[in-house]
Amino acid sequence: MNANQPLVGAQTVGRRVVESLEETGRVFIFFVSVFKAFPGFWRKGHLVLEQMVAMGIESLPLVFVTSIFTGAVAAVQAAYQFQDYVPMRYLGSVIGKSVVIELGPVLTALVVAGRVGASIAAELGTMRVTEQIDALETIGISPIRYLAVPRMVAGMVMLPVVTIFADFLAIVGAYVVAYISLDVPTNTFMEGLRLFFHLRDIFGGLVKSFFFGIVIATMGCYFGFHAEGGAEGVGRATTRAVVSSCLSILVLDYMLATLIFRVLLGG
Amino acid sequence: MIVVKELQKCFGSKKVLNGLDITITDGESMVIIGRSGCGKSVLLKHIIGLLRPDSGHIYIDERDITSMNEAELSGLRKRFGMVFQGAALFDSLTVAENVALPMREHGQMSEKMIRDRVKEKLGLVGLEGVEDVHPASLSGGMKKRVGLARAMAIDPEFILYDEPTTGLDPIMADAINELIRNLQRKLSITSVAVTHDMRSAYKIGDRIAMLHGGKIIHEGTPKELQNCEDPVVRQFISGSASGPLTDS
Repeated sequence: MNANQPLVGAQTVGRRVVESLEETGRVFIFFVSVFKAFPGFWRKGHLVLEQMVAMGIESLPLVFVTSIFTGAVAAVQAAYQFQDYVPMRYLGSVIGKSVVIELGPVLTALVVAGRVGASIAAELGTMRVTEQIDALETIGISPIRYLAVPRMVAGMVMLPVVTIFADFLAIVGAYVVAYISLDVPTNTFMEGLRLFFHLRDIFGGLVKSFFFGIVIATMGCYFGFHAEGGAEGVGRATTRAVVSSCLSILVLDYMLATLIFRVLLGG
Repeated sequence: MIVVKELQKCFGSKKVLNGLDITITDGESMVIIGRSGCGKSVLLKHIIGLLRPDSGHIYIDERDITSMNEAELSGLRKRFGMVFQGAALFDSLTVAENVALPMREHGQMSEKMIRDRVKEKLGLVGLEGVEDVHPASLSGGMKKRVGLARAMAIDPEFILYDEPTTGLDPIMADAINELIRNLQRKLSITSVAVTHDMRSAYKIGDRIAMLHGGKIIHEGTPKELQNCEDPVVRQFISGSASGPLTDS
């Protein structure tokens, strides 16, 4: 083994870390520039509405399937872990809390990041490499205001809305499995659901969704705007948007969970 | 009037513009020729403020645009129209919506006025009846013409053309050349076109400038260009594979 190899390896790792930090900084600066362009976004209400349909309504079929099976799996796994230790009347409570606080917001965000984040990056990346974004600037239209702001607003509004559907569907999926496979009567399940129900849990979950919506829109727009190098560049931008969104969602989930459920709402 | 002074621009270690000077007077049609990758499109993007130089100045009617902020540049761009190499039409909008976009953003017009003007602009480029078509359904020549109609939408004083005939068949290319020339004369627009198509250059240019090594190495009328004795210019305009441009 070459004596320099550990040093070269350390330099490579160090360079990658520095590049990642630089990129994080650039994404943050981009986010601030989009946020600063918010005033007056309602004048482009039709653009916001279009994005809300694309991000929210059109994601519902995928979220439907994901949520139903998420709830079903949660019920099966919870029942397995309850075996001989925990009465099944607590199944509803565990499902309700885990779906509303964590599974609903996070899995919905990951699914939407894959679908919508990729779509945003691909669309804006294609616009970048075909000079459509330059054309907007030459017309005197700010690409940030015209393209990024509607997507950001739509993400902030529709992720929580879609998450509400996801939570409901996941609980329905869990109930169906509990009733059919686990022999949990309906009123037992519903009693469990009500037992430790707190509105603040739903609030906490929706706050997470709100920030996840911002992340998905920001990553999609940032990597789309910075795509270069033709079709290959657009493909790279799409992949990076999805991967960055998913990683950011998971990191942000931990930070928000600590802030909301430990610091703000916890004992 | 457009005055470019001592423009310098690097991309990484590659110096693209190296002290470029050029003046374009009001109402004239200037064509800038040069090899692929010599910086013609980069120059055009500097003139409309899409790129910022490393040093040097660009004056539009004596106002230095290199020191303007985005809001000021945005205001200035209302005086410009630009036709991109690939037309850069917005895929999600119809032809009519593409042409109407600048009017909706900057004009105080009613929808009826906008519709009438869109029809007028499409008529100027010979494309009546395609208002409701999406760009994906158009041929290359039609896209360029829609791009031109959009560039003229709010009656600009300056129009920039980035390789207006690249990718078109010879007949369509000549039709585009005719269109550019007729519009420039009819509407007294100052136009700047970059191209490596010599036939297009001779047809549309009042003056032709050659960009090489990051600088303008020749400037003059089409006849002066044809009589130029600079070996670099001679090799380019004759389209010869051997000469100072290609010999290392």
